[in-house]
Amino acid sequence: MATILAVLEQRDGALRKVSLEVLTAARRLADQLGGTVDAVVCAAAGVTGSDAAGRHGADRVLTAAHPDFGLYQPDGYAAAVAEAGKGAQAVVFAATAMGRDLAPRVAARLGQPLASDVTEFGLEGGKVVVTRPVYAGKALQRVRLDGATAILSIRPNTVPVAEAPRAGAAASATVPAFTGRVKVTAVRAAASAALDVAEAAVVVSGGRGLKEPENFRLLEDLAAALGNAAVGASRAVVDAGWRDHGAQVGQTGKTVSPSLYVAVGISGAIQHLAGMRTAKTIVAINRDKDAPIFKVADYGIIGDLFEIVPRLTAEIKKLRGE
Amino acid sequence: MRIAVCLKRVPDTTAKIVVAPDGKSIDEAGVKFVPNPYDEYALEEALKLREAAGGGETVVYSLGGDAAQETIRTALAMGIDRGVLLQATAGADGLEVARALARELKEGGFDLILFGKLAVDDYNHQVGVMVAELLGLPCVTAVAHLTLANGALEAEREVEGGVEVVGASLPAVLTCDKGLNTPRLPSLKGIMAAKKKPLEVKPAALGAGSVTILGLSLPPERKAGQIVGEGADAVPALVRLLRDEAKVI
Repeated sequence: MATILAVLEQRDGALRKVSLEVLTAARRLADQLGGTVDAVVCAAAGVTGSDAAGRHGADRVLTAAHPDFGLYQPDGYAAAVAEAGKGAQAVVFAATAMGRDLAPRVAARLGQPLASDVTEFGLEGGKVVVTRPVYAGKALQRVRLDGATAILSIRPNTVPVAEAPRAGAAASATVPAFTGRVKVTAVRAAASAALDVAEAAVVVSGGRGLKEPENFRLLEDLAAALGNAAVGASRAVVDAGWRDHGAQVGQTGKTVSPSLYVAVGISGAIQHLAGMRTAKTIVAINRDKDAPIFKVADYGIIGDLFEIVPRLTAEIKKLRGE
Repeated sequence: MRIAVCLKRVPDTTAKIVVAPDGKSIDEAGVKFVPNPYDEYALEEALKLREAAGGGETVVYSLGGDAAQETIRTALAMGIDRGVLLQATAGADGLEVARALARELKEGGFDLILFGKLAVDDYNHQVGVMVAELLGLPCVTAVAHLTLANGALEAEREVEGGVEVVGASLPAVLTCDKGLNTPRLPSLKGIMAAKKKPLEVKPAALGAGSVTILGLSLPPERKAGQIVGEGADAVPALVRLLRDEAKVI
C-alpha cells in the first residue's frame, strides 16, 4: 500500500504547530492514493503533543530518537528521514528553516525530485502535481513530480489544518549511523519572543512612512493587541537597518500568506506586493491615496498613520475586551 | 584559500513577469537579467575571505546559456579571479543541476563552495544543499554570519523566532543569506580588468530529470478593494469590516 511520510518538527521537545499542516497535507495525498500516513519526528526523546499527529491523520507516529537530536542536526536528521522515506510515494516537509535545509538533503540521498514551497498539491494519473509560487509569487508554476518518491515542502499557512482521526500508533524509527559533519550548537532566541512573519496568522508591516525606527513601537503595540501577530517590514527599512532581515516581506525577503496583512506606511513596490499578495485579507494605511498598495488592499484608510494606528490598536483592544 | 561561487543569471527583481506563448516559461523580451541577489552575498563573501587570507583563488561557476557569460563578467568585475560557464539549458529539476555542478566541482580542491540561499526566479531552495550531499561535504544553509578559524567555521542562520549557531569543518558548502555582508559594486578598473580574466566555456551534461513543468500562470488579480475612509475616524468602520465581513479578527 502507498505510504506518505509526513516529516514533523519539534522545538524544545514540543511538536510545532506547522507540523499539523504537514500532516493535513500528507493525509489528503494518502486519501487520494488510498494509502497510509507515517509521521516521523526526530527528537532526543518523546515529543510533547505528538498525540495530535493521530488526530490529524497519522496512522503511525515514528520517533527517531538520538541523544543529539534535541536541536536540529542536519546530517543525523537527514539520515533518519531518508531511511524512513525509502519506498514512500511522497515525503512531505514544511517549508520552514528546518524543512528548507532538510528536504534537499533527503531528496539528494533518495535521488528523488523535490518541489519546494508548495501552495497547492494533488494527484494526476497517480503522480503528485503541485503549484508553487515562483518569481516571488509574481507567477505560479505547476509541476509534476515523476520520481518514484515525490518530495515536497509545504509553505506555512497555506494548508488549513483539518482533523482526521487515525490510530497514530507510536513506534520507533531507525536512526542509521551518521557522521555529524555539521553541528548545531545552540539556538539563540530572538530578542523578543516574536513570531516569525512567515508563520504568523496576522502580519503588521511597516515601511518608510514610519519615519523613524523607534516608531515601529506603534506596530508592535498593534500586533500585541491583535494577538498571534508578527511585525514585518519593507525592504527599504530593512536596508536602512531599522529592522532585521528576518522581518522583510517581499522578493528578497519572505513570502507570507497570513489571514490578515496590515501594510502601514508602505507604498507597495512590485517586490513587496509579490511577497504578500496571497494574504487572505489586506489592509493598507497610507498617506498617499495613489500608493500602489491600495490596488491590492481589500480595505484602505488614507491618512496619517500616527493617528490611525494608535486608534486601531485601541479599537482592537476594546473589541477584545468585549 | 580556494573558493568556488555558483552563480545564476535571473530576471531583475523589479521585472514584470509575462508568460511566454508556450505557457510554461516567461517571456524574456525586454526583461533585464542580473546576478541572483543572494549569489551576490556569496561573491562578496568569497572576495572578503580571499582578502583576509591574503591569497588564494576564487572561481565563479554558472550553469546556463551563453548569455550567462555577461553575468560571470559581472562577478569577475567585482574581483573574482576566473569564471567557468557550464553550457546547458536547466530544467525544473534542481537535483539534475546539482549533479552537473557536483561533477564539475568535485576535483576543484575547494575549501569552500558558496551559493545564494535561493534563486529569485525558481525559488527552488535546493541546489546548494544537494551539491553538498552529492560531494559528501558539510553544508550550512542561509548563512547570515560567518567566522572562520583553524580550518573550521562557525555560522549563524535565522530560524523561526531565533538564530541557530552552527559549526562545521572545511571543506564545506555554504548557502548565503542577506545580512552576511554588503556586496561591493564593480569598479571601473574592475570592469576593465574583467575583460581580460579567463572565462572557460564548456558544455555540461544535464539529465532530463524527474520534474515536468505543466504550466506557468499569473496569480489571480486581487479584487479591487474599498477605501474605508480618511483619517482615524475611519478606524471603527474598518474594525467592523474586519470582524463582520472579512472575519479575520
